[in-house]
Amino acid sequence: MTTDTARAGDVRTTSGPPPGERRRPADRGRRRKSLVKHLVLTAACLLMIYPLAWMVVSSLRPEGEVFRQTGLLLTDPRPENYERGWNALRYPFGHYLLNSLAVVVFSIVGNLVSCSMAAYAFARQEFRGRKLLFAIMLVSIMLPLHVVIVPQYILFSELGWVNTLLPLVLPKFLATDAFFVFLMVQFIRGIPRELDEAARIDGAGHVAIFTRIILPLLVPALATTAIFTFIWTWNDFFTPLIYLTSPDAYTVPVALRSFVDSQGATSWGALFAMSVLSLLPVFIAFLIGQRLLVRGIATTGLK
Amino acid sequence: MSVSTELRRLRAGRATTRPTSDRSAYGFLSPWLIGLVVITAGPIVASLVLSFTDYNLLQDPSWIGLDNFRRMLSDDRLRQSLWVTFVYVVLGVPLQLGLALAIAVLLNRGMRGLALYRSVLYLPSLLGGSVAVAILWRQIFGTEGLINQVLGFVGIEGIGWISDPRTALYSIIALHVWTFGAPMVIFLAGLRQIPASYYEAAVVDGAGRWQVFRHITLPLITPIIFFNLVLQIISAFQAFTQAFIVSGGTGGPSDSTLFFTLYLYEKGFGELDMGYAAALAWLLLLIIGVFTAINFYAARFWVFYDD
Repeated sequence: MTTDTARAGDVRTTSGPPPGERRRPADRGRRRKSLVKHLVLTAACLLMIYPLAWMVVSSLRPEGEVFRQTGLLLTDPRPENYERGWNALRYPFGHYLLNSLAVVVFSIVGNLVSCSMAAYAFARQEFRGRKLLFAIMLVSIMLPLHVVIVPQYILFSELGWVNTLLPLVLPKFLATDAFFVFLMVQFIRGIPRELDEAARIDGAGHVAIFTRIILPLLVPALATTAIFTFIWTWNDFFTPLIYLTSPDAYTVPVALRSFVDSQGATSWGALFAMSVLSLLPVFIAFLIGQRLLVRGIATTGLK
Repeated sequence: MSVSTELRRLRAGRATTRPTSDRSAYGFLSPWLIGLVVITAGPIVASLVLSFTDYNLLQDPSWIGLDNFRRMLSDDRLRQSLWVTFVYVVLGVPLQLGLALAIAVLLNRGMRGLALYRSVLYLPSLLGGSVAVAILWRQIFGTEGLINQVLGFVGIEGIGWISDPRTALYSIIALHVWTFGAPMVIFLAGLRQIPASYYEAAVVDGAGRWQVFRHITLPLITPIIFFNLVLQIISAFQAFTQAFIVSGGTGGPSDSTLFFTLYLYEKGFGELDMGYAAALAWLLLLIIGVFTAINFYAARFWVFYDD
């Protein structure tokens, strides 16, 4: 087949033998090439995944073996590292997991509500300054957080919000993750306007059109937003590092950091165990939502 | 607060002159607008004002004019942090994007297992920003780490990659390259947009694989390379977590991983030198702005738009 270059997905759906099937020698050469390609890709995948797999396996080995075993063979998995890691810090590790969970849940709700509202206005409504505001929104996607962090910190500390979850969560209710506004604008633009018109003729206002027509159709984009918010907020280190200084309020990344600082290289096993635990939710989110993730970055990446 | 009153005034003013749809639109926009003013635009302006002051959170800010900017000129650690960040951007971004494009082109031909390969290669870019992976990196590139153990099998005695100032930065660049999956997915989506007829025509004309890539795939994919380049450069300038964890928050050894953001963090939140940190933040904004502008300017000469 000579035309398969461009469309990765469509090719396999055509039935019957491909047109190039009869030219045997070329076919054999192509098969060999394809084998080489698979070997290269498999090797690349193994190389990419090896460090992660090795960390998981090491976390189940007795302490001390972390520095001797390079393989992935695990004959006798042991949970001690998890027990020690769980209790290594001032609070049991579950405390930090719950803190992170709270931040993530509120962040998701905040992003879903505020970003979808803004996206609806940009995609479906006419108002003065729309173009300018839309441009500002696009630019703000690329704005480095560091430029605003100092005054933001001063503001939130004046309000007495340091060591609470508010500085992490409140911005999400104000659609500061403009990336998702953009993602939803793109998506809403793809929803036929005839649906809005029909509803308007039936007497629906913008609120009704938004909640009854747009939101239900926006579910895929909402799901993409939820899953990206989950992963990014869960991994976020810079913001909690700045706002959460008391161990009681730590989220998982800050807790891990204090674990590194307090133990250094003395207990890699326990450190790995808690690291694996902290990656697990992201990994599960990836398994559940990879289709959404891939489509999300592909569509916003292109337009 | 002043913002809400201003918004009310804005809306009240509109109501007399504009139809209801305007008001409704601003209603939908209000969370975003408040966020823009309070969380984004306001702090940018405040940051600029603070950069002309000496402020440590405890006493009132005192106006010192351009002193913070004069101080930058003779700040050796600032120069070091700019250099480290620059090396990271200039090496890390092209290496990551080059690998992403190469693998995407390899994957693009309708092959068995595409979805699986794509998923596996994409996974590291979701995890790469986490503290956990930075911890893993610290072990792997440590003196007794995984890399040196593997090297030991073939009789090479490795060095402490992250404790040696000559190599510490490169181990962090390696981590950045490891997360090539996200741009790869964007490339894959872009490659799929190229009409099959172009390839058919090229094959009819007897073009080889390399020629097809060089004269069809590459020109048509330049807008996406450009897009990735702009975004990746902007985000690479802000890299923080990996360097912070790998160096234990110091930017060491001997400032060899002192990323710009680490230095900013140290000044602002370690020493509470908020005025200087705000000035540094504006410097970062200017640098990113200049790089992005150069990018857009240079795009005229190499980005090809099909339409």
